[in-house]
Amino acid sequence: MTKSSAYRAALLSLAIFGLFLLVWHLATLPVDNTIGGDSEYAKLMGGGDTTASGLPTPLQMGETIWRHLSNPFYDNGANVKGIGIQLAYSIARVLLGFALAALLAIPLGFLIGMSPLIYRALDPFIQVLKPISPLAWMPLALYTIKDSTTSSIFVIFVCSLWPMLLNTVHGVASVRRDWLNVAKTLEASVLRKAFLVILPAAAPTILTGMRISMGIAWLVIVAAEMLVGGTGIGYFVWNEWNNLSLTNVIFAILTIGVVGMLLDLVFGWLSRLVAYQE
Amino acid sequence: MDAFLKVEDLSRVYRGMRGEPLVVFDQVHFSVRKGEFVCIVGHSGCGKSTILNILAGLDEATSGVVVMDGREVSGPSLDRGVVFQSHALMPWLSAEKNVAFGVRSRWPDWSRQKLAAHCRKYLDLVGLTGSEHMKPAELSGGMKQRVGIARAFAIEPKMLLLDEPFGALDALTRGLIQDELKRICAATHQTVFMITHDVDEAILLSDRIMLMSNGPRARIAEIVQNTLPENRARDTIHKDPRYYPIRNHLVDFLVTRSKRFNAEPPPDYDPRYPPIISPGVSANPETQRGDQPFAREERVFNLHS
Repeated sequence: MTKSSAYRAALLSLAIFGLFLLVWHLATLPVDNTIGGDSEYAKLMGGGDTTASGLPTPLQMGETIWRHLSNPFYDNGANVKGIGIQLAYSIARVLLGFALAALLAIPLGFLIGMSPLIYRALDPFIQVLKPISPLAWMPLALYTIKDSTTSSIFVIFVCSLWPMLLNTVHGVASVRRDWLNVAKTLEASVLRKAFLVILPAAAPTILTGMRISMGIAWLVIVAAEMLVGGTGIGYFVWNEWNNLSLTNVIFAILTIGVVGMLLDLVFGWLSRLVAYQE
Repeated sequence: MDAFLKVEDLSRVYRGMRGEPLVVFDQVHFSVRKGEFVCIVGHSGCGKSTILNILAGLDEATSGVVVMDGREVSGPSLDRGVVFQSHALMPWLSAEKNVAFGVRSRWPDWSRQKLAAHCRKYLDLVGLTGSEHMKPAELSGGMKQRVGIARAFAIEPKMLLLDEPFGALDALTRGLIQDELKRICAATHQTVFMITHDVDEAILLSDRIMLMSNGPRARIAEIVQNTLPENRARDTIHKDPRYYPIRNHLVDFLVTRSKRFNAEPPPDYDPRYPPIISPGVSANPETQRGDQPFAREERVFNLHS
Protein backbone atom coordinates (compact mmCIF):
# COMPACT_ATOMS: atom_id res chain seq x y z
CA MET A 1 0.00 0.00 0.00
CA THR A 2 2.63 2.53 1.08
CA LYS A 3 4.96 1.23 -1.60
CA SER A 4 2.41 1.67 -4.36
CA SER A 5 1.43 5.13 -3.08
CA ALA A 6 5.09 6.15 -3.01
CA TYR A 7 5.38 4.90 -6.58
CA ARG A 8 2.31 6.87 -7.60
CA ALA A 9 3.62 10.02 -5.90
CA ALA A 10 6.90 9.68 -7.81
CA LEU A 11 4.98 9.26 -11.05
CA LEU A 12 2.92 12.36 -10.30
CA SER A 13 6.09 14.34 -9.50
CA LEU A 14 7.54 13.33 -12.87
CA ALA A 15 4.32 14.32 -14.63
CA ILE A 16 4.34 17.76 -12.95
CA PHE A 17 7.98 18.20 -13.94
CA GLY A 18 7.18 17.19 -17.53
CA LEU A 19 4.31 19.67 -17.65
CA PHE A 20 6.58 22.39 -16.28
CA LEU A 21 9.18 21.67 -19.01
CA LEU A 22 6.46 21.78 -21.67
CA VAL A 23 5.10 25.14 -20.49
CA TRP A 24 8.65 26.46 -20.26
CA HIS A 25 9.40 25.23 -23.77
CA LEU A 26 6.27 26.83 -25.23
CA ALA A 27 6.89 30.11 -23.40
CA THR A 28 10.42 30.44 -24.72
CA LEU A 29 9.88 29.47 -28.39
CA PRO A 30 12.14 31.67 -30.58
CA VAL A 31 10.52 34.69 -32.29
CA ASP A 32 11.57 36.51 -35.39
CA ASN A 33 13.55 39.55 -34.25
CA THR A 34 13.41 41.41 -37.55
CA ILE A 35 9.65 41.99 -37.38
CA GLY A 36 8.69 43.04 -33.86
CA GLY A 37 11.35 43.11 -31.15
CA ASP A 38 13.76 45.78 -30.08
CA SER A 39 16.63 45.41 -32.50
CA GLU A 40 19.18 47.09 -30.23
CA TYR A 41 18.29 44.73 -27.42
CA ALA A 42 18.43 41.84 -29.84
CA LYS A 43 21.99 42.76 -30.77
CA LEU A 44 22.94 42.97 -27.13
CA MET A 45 21.57 39.52 -26.49
CA GLY A 46 23.33 38.02 -29.48
CA GLY A 47 20.74 38.33 -32.24
CA GLY A 48 19.08 35.13 -33.41
CA ASP A 49 19.50 33.28 -30.12
CA THR A 50 16.97 35.55 -28.48
CA THR A 51 13.66 34.20 -27.21
CA ALA A 52 10.44 36.13 -26.68
CA SER A 53 11.15 36.86 -23.01
CA GLY A 54 14.92 36.81 -23.04
CA LEU A 55 14.86 33.72 -20.87
CA PRO A 56 16.70 30.53 -21.89
CA THR A 57 14.88 27.55 -23.36
CA PRO A 58 14.92 24.22 -21.50
CA LEU A 59 17.50 22.95 -23.98
CA GLN A 60 19.84 25.91 -23.44
CA MET A 61 19.41 25.44 -19.69
CA GLY A 62 20.27 21.75 -20.03
CA GLU A 63 23.43 22.59 -21.96
CA THR A 64 24.49 25.11 -19.29
CA ILE A 65 23.89 22.64 -16.48
CA TRP A 66 25.88 20.01 -18.34
CA ARG A 67 28.72 22.47 -19.06
CA HIS A 68 29.00 23.48 -15.37
CA LEU A 69 28.70 20.00 -13.93
CA SER A 70 31.11 18.39 -16.38
CA ASN A 71 33.90 20.72 -15.24
CA PRO A 72 33.06 22.12 -11.82
CA PHE A 73 36.53 22.73 -10.40
CA TYR A 74 38.42 24.93 -12.89
CA ASP A 75 40.04 28.12 -11.63
CA ASN A 76 41.03 30.63 -14.29
CA GLY A 77 41.41 33.74 -12.15
CA ALA A 78 39.25 36.08 -10.10
CA ASN A 79 35.84 35.83 -11.77
CA VAL A 80 36.32 32.62 -13.69
CA LYS A 81 35.96 29.78 -11.25
CA GLY A 82 34.05 26.52 -11.55
CA ILE A 83 30.74 26.18 -9.73
CA GLY A 84 32.24 23.53 -7.48
CA ILE A 85 34.85 25.97 -6.22
CA GLN A 86 32.28 28.72 -5.66
CA LEU A 87 30.08 26.30 -3.71
CA ALA A 88 33.03 25.05 -1.71
CA TYR A 89 33.79 28.64 -0.59
CA SER A 90 30.17 29.17 0.49
CA ILE A 91 29.86 25.83 2.26
CA ALA A 92 33.17 26.35 4.06
CA ARG A 93 32.04 29.78 5.33
CA VAL A 94 28.70 28.40 6.44
CA LEU A 95 30.24 25.44 8.22
CA LEU A 96 32.85 27.57 9.94
CA GLY A 97 30.38 30.22 11.14
CA PHE A 98 27.90 27.51 12.11
CA ALA A 99 30.50 25.51 14.06
CA LEU A 100 31.63 28.59 15.97
CA ALA A 101 28.01 29.40 16.80
CA ALA A 102 27.40 25.83 17.99
CA LEU A 103 30.50 25.97 20.19
CA LEU A 104 29.08 29.00 21.94
CA ALA A 105 25.32 28.37 21.76
CA ILE A 106 25.18 24.81 23.07
CA PRO A 107 27.26 25.23 26.27
CA LEU A 108 25.70 28.65 26.93
CA GLY A 109 22.24 27.24 26.28
CA PHE A 110 22.97 24.48 28.80
CA LEU A 111 23.96 27.02 31.40
CA ILE A 112 20.93 29.24 30.77
CA GLY A 113 18.57 26.27 30.67
CA MET A 114 19.84 24.88 33.97
CA SER A 115 19.83 28.16 35.87
CA PRO A 116 16.65 30.25 36.09
CA LEU A 117 18.75 33.12 37.46
CA ILE A 118 21.05 33.29 34.42
CA TYR A 119 18.00 32.83 32.20
CA ARG A 120 16.34 35.91 33.64
CA ALA A 121 19.56 37.91 33.58
CA LEU A 122 20.33 37.18 29.92
CA ASP A 123 16.78 37.14 28.58
CA PRO A 124 16.53 40.92 27.82
CA PHE A 125 19.79 40.84 25.83
CA ILE A 126 18.67 37.82 23.83
CA GLN A 127 15.27 39.38 23.14
CA VAL A 128 16.91 42.52 21.70
CA LEU A 129 19.67 40.78 19.74
CA LYS A 130 17.56 37.99 18.28
CA PRO A 131 15.34 40.01 15.88
CA ILE A 132 18.29 41.88 14.30
CA SER A 133 18.83 40.87 10.68
CA PRO A 134 22.24 39.23 10.53
CA LEU A 135 23.15 41.40 7.53
CA ALA A 136 22.71 44.54 9.64
CA TRP A 137 25.89 43.48 11.42
CA MET A 138 27.86 43.54 8.19
CA PRO A 139 29.09 47.18 8.21
CA LEU A 140 30.12 46.88 11.84
CA ALA A 141 31.86 43.59 11.09
CA LEU A 142 33.68 45.03 8.07
CA TYR A 143 34.77 48.05 10.09
CA THR A 144 36.09 46.09 13.06
CA ILE A 145 37.34 42.90 11.37
CA LYS A 146 38.56 44.64 8.19
CA ASP A 147 38.36 41.39 6.24
CA SER A 148 35.45 40.54 3.97
CA THR A 149 35.66 36.75 4.28
CA THR A 150 35.91 36.83 8.07
CA SER A 151 33.02 39.31 8.14
CA SER A 152 30.78 36.96 6.18
CA ILE A 153 31.72 34.13 8.54
CA PHE A 154 30.83 36.42 11.44
CA VAL A 155 27.43 37.13 9.90
CA ILE A 156 26.82 33.38 9.56
CA PHE A 157 27.89 32.96 13.18
CA VAL A 158 25.38 35.60 14.33
CA CYS A 159 22.47 34.19 12.36
CA SER A 160 23.16 30.59 13.43
CA LEU A 161 23.51 31.51 17.07
CA TRP A 162 19.92 32.31 18.08
CA PRO A 163 17.94 29.25 16.98
CA MET A 164 20.58 26.95 18.47
CA LEU A 165 20.80 28.93 21.69
CA LEU A 166 17.05 29.20 22.22
CA ASN A 167 16.39 25.57 21.35
CA THR A 168 19.15 24.37 23.68
CA VAL A 169 17.75 26.52 26.48
CA HIS A 170 14.27 25.20 25.85
CA GLY A 171 15.43 21.58 25.56
CA VAL A 172 17.51 21.73 28.73
CA ALA A 173 14.89 23.59 30.75
CA SER A 174 12.12 21.17 29.83
CA VAL A 175 13.86 17.90 30.63
CA ARG A 176 11.29 15.82 32.47
CA ARG A 177 11.33 16.33 36.24
CA ASP A 178 11.13 12.54 36.69
CA TRP A 179 14.43 11.93 34.94
CA LEU A 180 16.14 14.61 37.00
CA ASN A 181 14.68 13.07 40.15
CA VAL A 182 15.99 9.66 39.10
CA ALA A 183 19.44 11.16 38.60
CA LYS A 184 19.17 12.82 42.02
CA THR A 185 18.06 9.74 43.93
CA LEU A 186 20.76 7.71 42.20
CA GLU A 187 23.33 10.31 43.29
CA ALA A 188 24.59 10.94 39.77
CA SER A 189 27.42 13.50 39.69
CA VAL A 190 26.86 16.84 37.94
CA LEU A 191 28.79 15.68 34.87
CA ARG A 192 26.96 12.36 34.65
CA LYS A 193 23.66 14.19 35.02
CA ALA A 194 24.60 16.70 32.29
CA PHE A 195 25.95 14.19 29.77
CA LEU A 196 23.87 11.08 30.47
CA VAL A 197 20.50 12.60 31.35
CA ILE A 198 20.10 16.21 30.22
CA LEU A 199 22.07 16.01 26.98
CA PRO A 200 20.30 12.93 25.54
CA ALA A 201 16.94 14.22 26.79
CA ALA A 202 17.45 17.62 25.15
CA ALA A 203 19.30 16.33 22.07
CA PRO A 204 16.26 16.20 19.74
CA THR A 205 15.36 19.81 20.58
CA ILE A 206 19.00 20.93 20.21
CA LEU A 207 19.24 19.17 16.83
CA THR A 208 16.05 20.92 15.69
CA GLY A 209 17.69 24.22 16.59
CA MET A 210 20.82 23.25 14.65
CA ARG A 211 18.71 22.32 11.65
CA ILE A 212 16.90 25.67 11.70
CA SER A 213 20.22 27.49 12.12
CA MET A 214 21.74 25.66 9.17
CA GLY A 215 18.73 26.55 7.02
CA ILE A 216 19.02 30.23 7.94
CA ALA A 217 22.81 30.23 7.49
CA TRP A 218 22.41 28.90 3.96
CA LEU A 219 19.87 31.64 3.19
CA VAL A 220 22.09 34.34 4.63
CA ILE A 221 25.38 33.29 2.99
CA VAL A 222 23.99 34.10 -0.49
CA ALA A 223 23.07 37.64 0.56
CA ALA A 224 26.31 38.10 2.49
CA GLU A 225 28.43 37.05 -0.49
CA MET A 226 26.50 39.37 -2.78
CA LEU A 227 27.53 42.17 -0.43
CA VAL A 228 31.17 41.31 0.18
CA GLY A 229 31.94 39.82 -3.24
CA GLY A 230 35.02 37.93 -4.31
CA THR A 231 34.03 34.29 -4.14
CA GLY A 232 31.11 32.07 -3.26
CA ILE A 233 27.80 31.13 -4.79
CA GLY A 234 26.16 34.42 -3.75
CA TYR A 235 28.87 36.37 -5.55
CA PHE A 236 28.49 34.05 -8.55
CA VAL A 237 24.79 34.93 -8.80
CA TRP A 238 25.50 38.65 -8.65
CA ASN A 239 28.38 38.40 -11.09
CA GLU A 240 26.29 36.48 -13.62
CA TRP A 241 23.51 39.06 -13.24
CA ASN A 242 26.07 41.73 -14.11
CA ASN A 243 27.03 39.61 -17.11
CA LEU A 244 23.32 39.41 -17.97
CA SER A 245 23.63 35.65 -18.11
CA LEU A 246 20.22 34.60 -16.89
CA THR A 247 21.01 30.99 -17.71
CA ASN A 248 23.86 31.01 -15.24
CA VAL A 249 21.73 32.83 -12.66
CA ILE A 250 19.02 30.19 -12.93
CA PHE A 251 21.63 27.47 -12.74
CA ALA A 252 23.03 29.04 -9.55
CA ILE A 253 19.53 29.29 -8.05
CA LEU A 254 18.99 25.59 -8.71
CA THR A 255 22.34 24.73 -7.16
CA ILE A 256 21.56 26.77 -4.04
CA GLY A 257 18.32 24.83 -3.68
CA VAL A 258 19.94 21.44 -4.10
CA VAL A 259 22.78 22.16 -1.66
CA GLY A 260 20.31 23.58 0.88
CA MET A 261 18.26 20.41 0.60
CA LEU A 262 21.33 18.22 1.08
CA LEU A 263 22.39 20.17 4.19
CA ASP A 264 18.90 19.78 5.58
CA LEU A 265 18.94 16.04 4.81
CA VAL A 266 22.15 15.66 6.82
CA PHE A 267 20.52 17.29 9.84
CA GLY A 268 17.36 15.26 9.33
CA TRP A 269 19.47 12.14 9.49
CA LEU A 270 21.32 13.37 12.61
CA SER A 271 17.94 14.12 14.26
CA ARG A 272 16.83 10.56 13.72
CA LEU A 273 20.04 9.33 15.39
CA VAL A 274 19.30 11.16 18.65
CA ALA A 275 15.51 10.78 18.59
CA TYR A 276 13.88 8.66 21.25
CA GLN A 277 10.36 7.44 21.67
CA GLU A 278 8.64 7.87 25.00
CA MET B 1 12.78 -3.12 69.10
CA ASP B 2 14.57 -0.25 67.44
CA ALA B 3 13.02 1.68 64.63
CA PHE B 4 15.05 1.66 61.41
CA LEU B 5 13.30 4.74 60.08
CA LYS B 6 11.95 7.32 62.46
CA VAL B 7 9.83 10.27 61.39
CA GLU B 8 9.12 12.89 64.02
CA ASP B 9 6.79 15.86 63.92
CA LEU B 10 6.99 16.20 60.16
CA SER B 11 5.04 19.03 58.54
CA ARG B 12 4.88 20.70 55.17
CA VAL B 13 3.54 24.19 54.63
CA TYR B 14 3.06 25.74 51.20
CA ARG B 15 2.50 29.40 50.50
CA GLY B 16 -0.90 30.11 48.94
CA MET B 17 -1.65 32.62 46.20
CA ARG B 18 -1.88 35.53 48.62
CA GLY B 19 1.02 34.28 50.72
CA GLU B 20 -1.20 32.63 53.29
CA PRO B 21 0.22 29.41 54.71
CA LEU B 22 -1.39 26.15 53.56
CA VAL B 23 -0.57 23.29 55.90
CA VAL B 24 -0.70 20.07 53.90
CA PHE B 25 0.12 17.86 56.86
CA ASP B 26 1.58 18.38 60.29
CA GLN B 27 2.51 16.42 63.40
CA VAL B 28 3.25 13.32 61.41
CA HIS B 29 5.03 10.73 63.52
CA PHE B 30 5.75 7.16 62.54
CA SER B 31 8.50 4.63 62.39
CA VAL B 32 9.37 1.60 60.31
CA ARG B 33 11.32 -1.42 61.49
CA LYS B 34 14.03 -3.14 59.53
CA GLY B 35 12.56 -5.59 57.06
CA GLU B 36 9.06 -4.23 57.50
CA PHE B 37 6.67 -3.43 54.64
CA VAL B 38 4.60 -0.36 55.46
CA CYS B 39 1.88 1.14 53.31
CA ILE B 40 0.40 4.58 53.59
CA VAL B 41 -3.19 5.02 52.44
CA GLY B 42 -5.15 8.23 52.14
CA HIS B 43 -7.02 10.45 49.75
CA SER B 44 -5.33 12.65 47.17
CA GLY B 45 -4.07 15.87 48.69
CA CYS B 46 -3.22 14.45 52.10
CA GLY B 47 0.47 14.75 51.32
CA LYS B 48 1.44 11.08 50.99
CA SER B 49 3.60 11.78 47.97
CA THR B 50 5.19 14.74 49.71
CA ILE B 51 6.08 12.51 52.67
CA LEU B 52 7.62 9.98 50.29
CA ASN B 53 9.55 12.72 48.49
CA ILE B 54 10.86 13.99 51.82
CA LEU B 55 11.97 10.45 52.71
CA ALA B 56 13.62 10.22 49.27
CA GLY B 57 15.36 13.55 49.82
CA LEU B 58 13.68 15.17 46.83
CA ASP B 59 11.58 17.54 48.91
CA GLU B 60 12.16 19.31 52.19
CA ALA B 61 9.94 19.28 55.23
CA THR B 62 8.91 22.57 56.79
CA SER B 63 9.60 21.11 60.19
CA GLY B 64 10.43 17.78 61.72
CA VAL B 65 13.15 15.22 61.27
CA VAL B 66 13.61 11.96 59.43
CA VAL B 67 16.21 9.61 60.81
CA MET B 68 17.19 6.49 58.94
CA ASP B 69 19.58 3.97 60.40
CA GLY B 70 20.77 6.49 62.99
CA ARG B 71 21.44 9.25 60.44
CA GLU B 72 19.32 12.25 59.64
CA VAL B 73 17.98 12.23 56.09
CA SER B 74 18.99 15.31 54.15
CA GLY B 75 19.02 15.09 50.37
CA PRO B 76 18.83 12.05 48.14
CA SER B 77 20.99 9.02 48.73
CA LEU B 78 21.67 5.62 47.21
CA ASP B 79 20.58 4.20 50.57
CA ARG B 80 17.01 4.83 49.53
CA GLY B 81 15.78 3.39 46.25
CA VAL B 82 12.73 5.03 44.71
CA VAL B 83 10.22 3.49 42.31
CA PHE B 84 8.31 6.30 40.65
CA GLN B 85 4.65 6.20 39.73
CA SER B 86 5.40 6.97 36.10
CA HIS B 87 8.30 4.46 35.95
CA ALA B 88 10.61 7.38 34.95
CA LEU B 89 12.80 5.23 32.72
CA MET B 90 15.10 7.08 30.37
CA PRO B 91 13.71 6.32 26.92
CA TRP B 92 17.06 6.54 25.14
CA LEU B 93 18.58 3.77 27.27
CA SER B 94 17.86 0.05 27.06
CA ALA B 95 16.37 -1.74 30.06
CA GLU B 96 19.81 -2.91 31.12
CA LYS B 97 21.39 0.53 30.75
CA ASN B 98 18.60 2.07 32.80
CA VAL B 99 19.41 -0.33 35.62
CA ALA B 100 23.14 0.19 35.07
CA PHE B 101 22.79 3.95 35.53
CA GLY B 102 22.22 3.56 39.25
CA VAL B 103 24.57 0.60 39.68
CA ARG B 104 27.38 2.65 38.16
CA SER B 105 26.72 5.40 40.72
CA ARG B 106 26.74 2.91 43.57
CA TRP B 107 29.86 1.02 42.56
CA PRO B 108 31.83 3.34 40.24
CA ASP B 109 34.92 1.13 40.05
CA TRP B 110 33.20 -2.07 38.95
CA SER B 111 34.31 -3.59 35.67
CA ARG B 112 31.97 -3.59 32.70
CA GLN B 113 31.39 -7.34 33.01
CA LYS B 114 30.61 -7.18 36.71
CA LEU B 115 28.24 -4.30 36.13
CA ALA B 116 26.40 -6.10 33.33
CA ALA B 117 26.15 -9.33 35.36
CA HIS B 118 24.72 -7.41 38.33
CA CYS B 119 22.12 -5.69 36.15
CA ARG B 120 21.15 -9.00 34.52
CA LYS B 121 20.69 -10.56 37.93
CA TYR B 122 18.11 -7.96 38.93
CA LEU B 123 16.38 -7.97 35.54
CA ASP B 124 16.10 -11.76 35.88
CA LEU B 125 14.68 -11.27 39.35
CA VAL B 126 11.76 -9.21 38.00
CA GLY B 127 11.20 -11.65 35.13
CA LEU B 128 12.72 -9.63 32.32
CA THR B 129 15.26 -12.19 31.10
CA GLY B 130 15.69 -11.68 27.37
CA SER B 131 14.41 -8.11 27.29
CA GLU B 132 17.64 -6.49 28.50
CA HIS B 133 18.37 -4.70 25.24
CA MET B 134 14.90 -3.38 24.60
CA LYS B 135 14.18 0.33 24.86
CA PRO B 136 11.34 1.40 27.17
CA ALA B 137 9.13 2.24 24.17
CA GLU B 138 9.32 -1.43 23.14
CA LEU B 139 8.21 -2.65 26.57
CA SER B 140 4.66 -2.91 27.88
CA GLY B 141 3.55 -0.78 30.85
CA GLY B 142 4.05 -3.68 33.24
CA MET B 143 7.50 -4.45 31.91
CA LYS B 144 8.53 -0.80 32.23
CA GLN B 145 7.51 -0.78 35.86
CA ARG B 146 9.45 -4.02 36.37
CA VAL B 147 12.55 -2.28 35.03
CA GLY B 148 11.84 0.56 37.48
CA ILE B 149 11.67 -1.95 40.32
CA ALA B 150 14.84 -3.71 39.15
CA ARG B 151 16.61 -0.34 39.00
CA ALA B 152 15.62 0.44 42.58
CA PHE B 153 16.56 -3.03 43.88
CA ALA B 154 19.83 -3.20 41.96
CA ILE B 155 21.48 -0.47 44.01
CA GLU B 156 20.72 -2.63 47.09
CA PRO B 157 19.24 0.23 49.08
CA LYS B 158 18.63 0.05 52.80
CA MET B 159 15.09 1.12 52.15
CA LEU B 160 12.75 1.06 49.17
CA LEU B 161 10.26 3.86 48.55
CA LEU B 162 7.38 3.07 46.21
CA ASP B 163 5.11 5.85 45.00
CA GLU B 164 1.95 4.14 43.77
CA PRO B 165 4.03 1.92 41.54
CA PHE B 166 1.14 -0.03 40.06
CA GLY B 167 -1.35 2.82 39.68
CA ALA B 168 -1.09 2.96 35.91
CA LEU B 169 -1.24 -0.79 35.28
CA ASP B 170 -4.18 -3.01 34.38
CA ALA B 171 -5.52 -5.31 37.10
CA LEU B 172 -4.00 -8.51 35.73
CA THR B 173 -0.51 -7.08 35.32
CA ARG B 174 -0.77 -5.37 38.67
CA GLY B 175 -1.53 -8.69 40.36
CA LEU B 176 1.44 -10.41 38.75
CA ILE B 177 3.89 -7.69 39.70
CA GLN B 178 2.50 -7.46 43.24
CA ASP B 179 3.22 -11.16 43.65
CA GLU B 180 6.74 -10.66 42.37
CA LEU B 181 7.35 -7.68 44.61
CA LYS B 182 6.11 -9.64 47.61
CA ARG B 183 8.37 -12.56 46.77
CA ILE B 184 11.45 -10.38 46.25
CA CYS B 185 10.86 -8.34 49.40
CA ALA B 186 10.39 -11.49 51.46
CA ALA B 187 13.55 -13.04 50.02
CA THR B 188 15.71 -9.96 50.54
CA HIS B 189 14.11 -8.76 53.82
CA GLN B 190 13.78 -5.38 52.19
CA THR B 191 12.43 -2.49 54.23
CA VAL B 192 9.67 -0.87 52.17
CA PHE B 193 7.58 2.26 52.41
CA MET B 194 4.82 2.35 49.83
CA ILE B 195 2.00 4.67 48.82
CA THR B 196 -1.13 3.08 47.41
CA HIS B 197 -4.77 3.81 46.73
CA ASP B 198 -5.61 0.15 46.48
CA VAL B 199 -6.85 -1.34 49.74
CA ASP B 200 -6.36 -4.94 48.58
CA GLU B 201 -2.84 -4.20 47.50
CA ALA B 202 -2.09 -2.77 50.95
CA ILE B 203 -3.50 -5.85 52.69
CA LEU B 204 -1.63 -8.26 50.43
CA LEU B 205 1.75 -6.59 50.67
CA SER B 206 2.14 -4.72 53.91
CA ASP B 207 2.74 -5.58 57.53
CA ARG B 208 1.26 -2.32 58.73
CA ILE B 209 -1.03 0.15 56.99
CA MET B 210 -0.96 3.81 58.01
CA LEU B 211 -4.20 5.66 57.41
CA MET B 212 -4.01 9.36 56.75
CA SER B 213 -6.84 11.77 57.34
CA ASN B 214 -7.78 14.21 54.59
CA GLY B 215 -5.79 17.38 54.08
CA PRO B 216 -5.28 20.17 54.83
CA ARG B 217 -3.60 19.45 58.15
CA ALA B 218 -3.59 15.77 57.35
CA ARG B 219 -2.26 13.41 60.00
CA ILE B 220 -1.75 9.76 60.53
CA ALA B 221 -5.12 8.87 62.00
CA GLU B 222 -4.41 5.26 62.85
CA ILE B 223 -2.11 2.40 62.09
CA VAL B 224 -3.69 -0.89 61.10
CA GLN B 225 -1.79 -4.01 61.97
CA ASN B 226 -2.08 -6.66 59.27
CA THR B 227 -2.87 -9.82 61.16
CA LEU B 228 -3.00 -12.10 58.13
CA PRO B 229 -0.30 -14.78 57.97
CA GLU B 230 3.03 -13.98 56.29
CA ASN B 231 2.46 -16.48 53.50
CA ARG B 232 -0.80 -14.89 52.36
CA ALA B 233 -1.39 -15.12 48.63
CA ARG B 234 -3.73 -13.32 46.30
CA ASP B 235 -5.83 -16.36 45.42
CA THR B 236 -6.52 -17.45 49.01
CA ILE B 237 -6.33 -14.22 50.97
CA HIS B 238 -10.05 -13.48 50.79
CA LYS B 239 -10.89 -16.82 52.41
CA ASP B 240 -9.13 -15.87 55.63
CA PRO B 241 -11.73 -14.88 58.28
CA ARG B 242 -9.60 -11.85 59.22
CA TYR B 243 -9.48 -10.51 55.68
CA TYR B 244 -12.86 -8.81 55.51
CA PRO B 245 -12.69 -7.17 58.93
CA ILE B 246 -9.40 -5.53 57.87
CA ARG B 247 -10.69 -4.60 54.44
CA ASN B 248 -13.95 -3.22 55.80
CA HIS B 249 -12.07 -1.21 58.38
CA LEU B 250 -9.85 0.37 55.70
CA VAL B 251 -12.68 1.07 53.29
CA ASP B 252 -14.80 2.47 56.09
CA PHE B 253 -11.99 4.81 57.04
CA LEU B 254 -11.41 6.01 53.50
CA VAL B 255 -15.10 6.46 52.70
CA THR B 256 -16.36 8.15 55.85
CA ARG B 257 -13.96 8.62 58.74
CA SER B 258 -11.04 10.23 56.87
CA LYS B 259 -13.17 13.31 56.13
CA ARG B 260 -14.40 13.79 59.67
CA PHE B 261 -11.19 12.89 61.41
CA ASN B 262 -9.62 16.36 61.63
CA ALA B 263 -12.84 18.01 62.80
CA GLU B 264 -13.64 15.45 65.47
CA PRO B 265 -10.65 13.30 66.38
CA PRO B 266 -11.14 10.54 68.96
CA PRO B 267 -11.01 11.97 72.51
CA ASP B 268 -7.68 10.40 73.43
CA TYR B 269 -6.01 10.90 70.03
CA ASP B 270 -2.35 11.85 70.22
CA PRO B 271 -0.63 12.35 66.84
CA ARG B 272 2.66 11.20 68.36
CA TYR B 273 1.18 7.77 69.03
CA PRO B 274 -1.59 7.10 66.53
CA PRO B 275 -3.83 4.27 67.73
CA ILE B 276 -2.76 0.84 66.55
CA ILE B 277 -5.65 -1.29 65.44
CA SER B 278 -5.90 -4.97 64.62
CA PRO B 279 -9.23 -5.54 62.93
CA GLY B 280 -10.29 -9.15 62.82
CA VAL B 281 -8.44 -10.24 65.94
CA SER B 282 -11.38 -9.64 68.22
CA ALA B 283 -14.95 -8.75 67.49
CA ASN B 284 -14.48 -5.08 68.43
CA PRO B 285 -11.56 -3.38 66.83
CA GLU B 286 -9.28 -2.15 69.56
CA THR B 287 -8.69 1.53 69.55
CA GLN B 288 -6.55 1.80 72.63
CA ARG B 289 -3.51 3.97 72.50
CA GLY B 290 -0.14 2.34 72.87
CA ASP B 291 2.63 3.97 74.87
CA GLN B 292 4.90 3.56 71.91
CA PRO B 293 4.23 2.53 68.35
CA PHE B 294 5.29 -1.07 68.72
CA ALA B 295 3.90 -1.76 72.20
CA ARG B 296 0.73 -3.23 70.78
CA GLU B 297 2.48 -5.48 68.43
CA GLU B 298 3.38 -8.08 71.03
CA ARG B 299 -0.14 -8.23 72.36
CA VAL B 300 -1.49 -8.80 68.90
CA PHE B 301 0.99 -11.57 68.50
CA ASN B 302 -0.11 -13.14 71.84
CA LEU B 303 -3.74 -12.99 70.92
CA HIS B 304 -2.95 -14.56 67.65
CA SER B 305 -1.02 -17.56 69.02
